[in-house]
Amino acid sequence: MTDIKNAFKNGKAFIPFITAGDPDLETTEKLLVAMSENGADIIEIGIPFSDPIAEGVVIQEADLRSLASGTTTDKIFDMVKKVRPMVKCALAVMTYMNPIFVYGTDKFMSKCKECGISAVIVPDTPFEEKSELSESCSKYGVELISLIAPTSNDRIKMIAKEAQGFVYCVTSMGVTGVRNKITTNIGEMVQLVKSVKDIPCAAGFGISTPAQAKEISKYADGVIVGSAIVKIIAEHGKDCLAPVCDYVKSMKEALL
Amino acid sequence: MSKGKFGIHGGQFVPETLMNAINEFEEAYNHYKNNPEFVSELNTLMREYAGRPSRLYYAEKMTKDLGGAKIYLKREDLNHTGSHKLNNCLGQCLLAKKMGKTRVIAETGAGQHGVATATVAALLGLECEIFMGKEDTIRQALNVYRMKLLGAKVNAVETGTMTLKDAVNEAMREWTNRVSDTHYVLGSVMGPHPFPTVVRDFQSVIGKEIKAQLMEKEGKLPDVVMACVGGGSNAMGAFYEFIKDKSVKLIGCEAAGLGVNNPKNAATIANGTLGIFHGMKSYFCQNEYGQIAPVYSISAGLDYPGIGPEHANLSDTGRASYVPITDDEAVDAFEYLSRTEGIIPAIESSHAVAHCMKIAPIMDKDKIIVVNLSGRGDKDVAAIARYRGEDIHD
Repeated sequence: MTDIKNAFKNGKAFIPFITAGDPDLETTEKLLVAMSENGADIIEIGIPFSDPIAEGVVIQEADLRSLASGTTTDKIFDMVKKVRPMVKCALAVMTYMNPIFVYGTDKFMSKCKECGISAVIVPDTPFEEKSELSESCSKYGVELISLIAPTSNDRIKMIAKEAQGFVYCVTSMGVTGVRNKITTNIGEMVQLVKSVKDIPCAAGFGISTPAQAKEISKYADGVIVGSAIVKIIAEHGKDCLAPVCDYVKSMKEALL
Repeated sequence: MSKGKFGIHGGQFVPETLMNAINEFEEAYNHYKNNPEFVSELNTLMREYAGRPSRLYYAEKMTKDLGGAKIYLKREDLNHTGSHKLNNCLGQCLLAKKMGKTRVIAETGAGQHGVATATVAALLGLECEIFMGKEDTIRQALNVYRMKLLGAKVNAVETGTMTLKDAVNEAMREWTNRVSDTHYVLGSVMGPHPFPTVVRDFQSVIGKEIKAQLMEKEGKLPDVVMACVGGGSNAMGAFYEFIKDKSVKLIGCEAAGLGVNNPKNAATIANGTLGIFHGMKSYFCQNEYGQIAPVYSISAGLDYPGIGPEHANLSDTGRASYVPITDDEAVDAFEYLSRTEGIIPAIESSHAVAHCMKIAPIMDKDKIIVVNLSGRGDKDVAAIARYRGEDIHD
């Protein structure tokens, strides 16, 4: 599967995140198409979890809204499968270990393949535990994205050596959410990755403005934005399409 | 590569941001656990500050009243701060200090672990912040003020069910935010490796004392050791010494709330399925999509949707058995022990007392049951009065 690799060929990649089913699955379906038309290179589809320990308040609340509206993993897969032909960019799923494990890891990855989802991001499954996922991932050709954090230091090379797709560089301590200032030395993190493997590096956690994206893209191959978009969706509900598209467009322009 | 396994359970399912912190903690623990200076410092605190060894008390009136097995109570309620939680806090905070940490954070359900952490933080001069579900700050208002008196900051967690699970979520989030100067004093035998092992080791003093004390009093091993189980630290502490003594039956008492067939319960072994959450593979109350269930128990300390990985394995292998105890049964036991022995037990520990009341009468008089009385019930008095519909103006 080369979807992820291709996503980094059109300038620096813009990777928006949305929580599936927030405020409902019909809106998510429209957002997938619209974001891909307005500059998204990969879309991260969040499968909501009741207890998302890596998320800040904005995405926690989105997860709860989605679950409260009756979203399930099966309904998300059905929606993605239906809309996939209309979505031009690559798709990744972001969720926690438990929703995957309890659904059945093998079944989950086969569904990803069936729906044209190229990669999975699982923030509570570090390098040491990736064997819980890797077998099923490779069986169905789903890339398992590795994360590195500001505290990873000596672990970066070990993680990068076995990384697939792209490396997710966590740019802030703590949970997801908008930060005024990004102080992490992203250049150094990326350099350490590239010293052992030629693989794209995308940065996320705290990024929200085109200026921040432009600055970070000096060092990284792509920029991931979640909370800033989820905030727009929370504000506008079902009418979020236009403001989200404007935002995605402005972010991609900053990266070209 | 996965570490800290108990059978299929355990592991280290945490964000990458925390991996170096838990590795560092593991290294420090392995370095200090047999270090004579550390061990002597900890033992001195256990003796002089906590008041160990805690008594093993022969509950003669209760034994006669129930008319069967001889009942001993392991009096962890007599520990300083009123529960077994202090054993672990002394160990972990001392370790944190050796590691150069200046701040500790902790989750708490009933407030016992929060109080114990705040206490040791005050003693050792560490900054302290506690995360407690908002619902629990109401149920256990007295403990909230105790923590404040001890100099800790208490954060009322308003996400999810606003109980213990959400307090753990929030403490983990705070740890990822600030790891360099902060140690997370996890209060139970749960979470990512090495916590289940470290907490068990610091609590295993309970079982070691039971064995020695009973040997002195009766010259033999107990037939049954029982304890209440939420995450499972007092039970693991009581059981661990006896795992190799196959004749000793080990029984964990889970919180069944309004009943195992009512959605309002927290009986993980009875109703849970295999999952991966809060850093560990274990059993959890959850739905078919892996969404964690909003559990319930009258006891804030047992109101947790999971169980420590070593307990999950003891259940798998059949070495320990786990029984559900309802709110009603626990409250009856709370009142029974108060009237019969003049000991007011924590509502958590009352779950174990309740099971003892069920099985003691059908056991022979030459058999011995040890109930781990993990905490005292002062904190629960107002809640039990409310449960009984009495207004005590609390």
